[in-house]
Amino acid sequence: MRGVLRGGPSTMVRGGARWIAFGLALFLSPGCGGEGAKKDGHAGADGSAAKSGGTAPYHVGLVFDVGGLGDKSFNDAAYRGLQKAKTELGIEFEYLEPGEGSERDAALRQLASGKAQLVFGVGFLFTDDIKKVAAEYPDKKFACIDYTWQEGEPVPANLAGIKFREEEGSALVGALSALLSKSGTVGFVGGMDIPLIHKFEAGYRAGFLAEKADGKVLVNYAGVTGEAFANPAKGKELALAQIDRGADIIFHASGSTGLGVFEAARERKVLAIGVDSDQQAEAPGFILTSMVKQVDVAVFESVKSAKAGSFQGGVRVLGLKEGGVDYINDANNAQWITPEVKAKVEALRAEIIAGSFPVPSK
Amino acid sequence: MSDREITNLRLQAFALSTLQTVGPVAASIALGLGLAGLLVALLGASPTQFFTTLWAGTLGSTYGFSQVLFKATPLIFTGLAVALAFQARLFNIGAEGQMVIGGLAMAWAGASFPGLPFPLGVIEALAFGALAGGLWGAIPGLLKARTGAHEVIVTIMLNFVALALANYLLANHLALPETVRSAEVTAGATLPRFSDFWSALRGSPLNLALLLGVAAAILLELWSNRTPVGFSLRVLGEGPKQARYAGLPLARLTVFAMTASGALAALAGSNFILGYKHYYEEGFSAGAGFQGIAVALLARNRPIWIVPSAIFFGLLSYGGLVVNSIVPRELIDLLEAVILLFFIVFDRMLRTLPDRLLLLRARAPETP
Repeated sequence: MRGVLRGGPSTMVRGGARWIAFGLALFLSPGCGGEGAKKDGHAGADGSAAKSGGTAPYHVGLVFDVGGLGDKSFNDAAYRGLQKAKTELGIEFEYLEPGEGSERDAALRQLASGKAQLVFGVGFLFTDDIKKVAAEYPDKKFACIDYTWQEGEPVPANLAGIKFREEEGSALVGALSALLSKSGTVGFVGGMDIPLIHKFEAGYRAGFLAEKADGKVLVNYAGVTGEAFANPAKGKELALAQIDRGADIIFHASGSTGLGVFEAARERKVLAIGVDSDQQAEAPGFILTSMVKQVDVAVFESVKSAKAGSFQGGVRVLGLKEGGVDYINDANNAQWITPEVKAKVEALRAEIIAGSFPVPSK
Repeated sequence: MSDREITNLRLQAFALSTLQTVGPVAASIALGLGLAGLLVALLGASPTQFFTTLWAGTLGSTYGFSQVLFKATPLIFTGLAVALAFQARLFNIGAEGQMVIGGLAMAWAGASFPGLPFPLGVIEALAFGALAGGLWGAIPGLLKARTGAHEVIVTIMLNFVALALANYLLANHLALPETVRSAEVTAGATLPRFSDFWSALRGSPLNLALLLGVAAAILLELWSNRTPVGFSLRVLGEGPKQARYAGLPLARLTVFAMTASGALAALAGSNFILGYKHYYEEGFSAGAGFQGIAVALLARNRPIWIVPSAIFFGLLSYGGLVVNSIVPRELIDLLEAVILLFFIVFDRMLRTLPDRLLLLRARAPETP
């Protein structure tokens, strides 16, 4: 969810800056404002090498959120899911990257009116649009990642809304922080101060206190606007202040603001925890782990069930049990996550899955 | 000089002015499209498929064309905003910010007075939007008139202020929970869609804002040619010194031009807010304020030409989505920039053409 939010405002600002540069170029000099394609290998209508079977391969369409392909996070994860489906299930797919504002429903409609049998909208911004388009094309299937939904709200039968229990994954990294913190004080840096990000905070706090009841969680948010997801300087400032107050592990849920958190961790030799996808590469040696949201898994599983004819409309919430969220544990962080530490975190996972440790979401 | 020679000269003058008007537009579009074909081929896609898909998805179908017009609608308003300011030689780079501020006010006003019936609700929302955008535009106008602060710098900077302010107001006061949008406007403040009357346009967001835009273009054309204030503005644009000598109130005209420009830019939001989604959403302007500069440039700041110019940019904008599964979206951005650059160059070349021809003729006897 956060990933999308970050995509929105930050690209808007970037888009604005680009247009200003463009406008200036018009007046000041005839310099070329055209940007080269920033994406590598735009494969276009993928799957042109259609599997030659008796029937046409299953066709999937996907519309990216404003961040677009190449964001190293949310959108890229969705793309990975599609590619996996292509190699393992033999589907073919096409995708669109609408800009900001008004094109989301036009893009969905374009795919739904074409060959696509299943159409994805990636990001909570699609909620209203996909609901409307799903009603217009009752014979097509739709799925929306990070669907915004209030309990009891009706959902079209041909639409699957997918949500994540970010608080559950956050609880695991919270427990991990408690087990590894020497000072007993850890930090949380959120992006925009909204209920969505509060889920990360609440889960992190609950997991931390479960392992260290007398510990302390310092909490700061980078701001109240979309800018808060794209402000590394602010992230660094907040993280440094938390380190000064004793925090030796900091979890961020703040988009590219988190890059500043990593910078602070590197400077003061403390550990940071990434979010959404594995962020180990952003500051090797200083990233304890990352709380990942398995958007790729969600996309893949949706394609698989739709292709098998077992597609189900309605809202699905993916937590630890469903493999929708998790933390990274590999060779890069084995030095911290020892078998004993891991055993304790896994015990918490089992409790959460069994329902004996309810994780708060606000 | 005989009658025949005079007719000949007239014909020549007509041919030249036609060439100067139409030539740069046609040549730059043709060259731009040619280059696009080349780039498509270089990207490994088929140019034929590219152009047929582009055509079928935009001008070649009713639905597609309605989407093009929908995309063009805000550009008509922002193009007019830039053109109006430019008649007084003021560069309004702040249409984006004026549109954002005006749009937020429009969405708030549209949702806040549920009692108003159809046309009144729309008029009220438009009025609030125009007022807010006009006030925002008046700031650089006042600063220019009072202190001489350059409007380019001020309007650019105010864009950032506008975005930050709108985001703050949205996040803290106007947004619905878990979203980045405001509440929906009331039924009385909603602009009807064309698809309500014409079933071929099912799903198309094209709405009455288009007609408002066209009407605004016609009115502005008449206004700037036929009224004293419109004339004064153009005199100011042609030469401030002469305007001062003629006794025109320069400061008041400057503030007026920027205010009216800001109000027009704000009305661009009506397409999205009153006609399409019925709420304000972060990023709804989608750069229309900045694109208005390009629209005005291609239309040479003539209000009536803004309409076709906006349609052309709307075509590119929607076309980008149509061909997105064949080529990256950036290709269309590039195409847009290339066409504009060609246009600027050709326009300048053809405008100086008569002078250069005269120069050649004057030199002719000397050359052996």
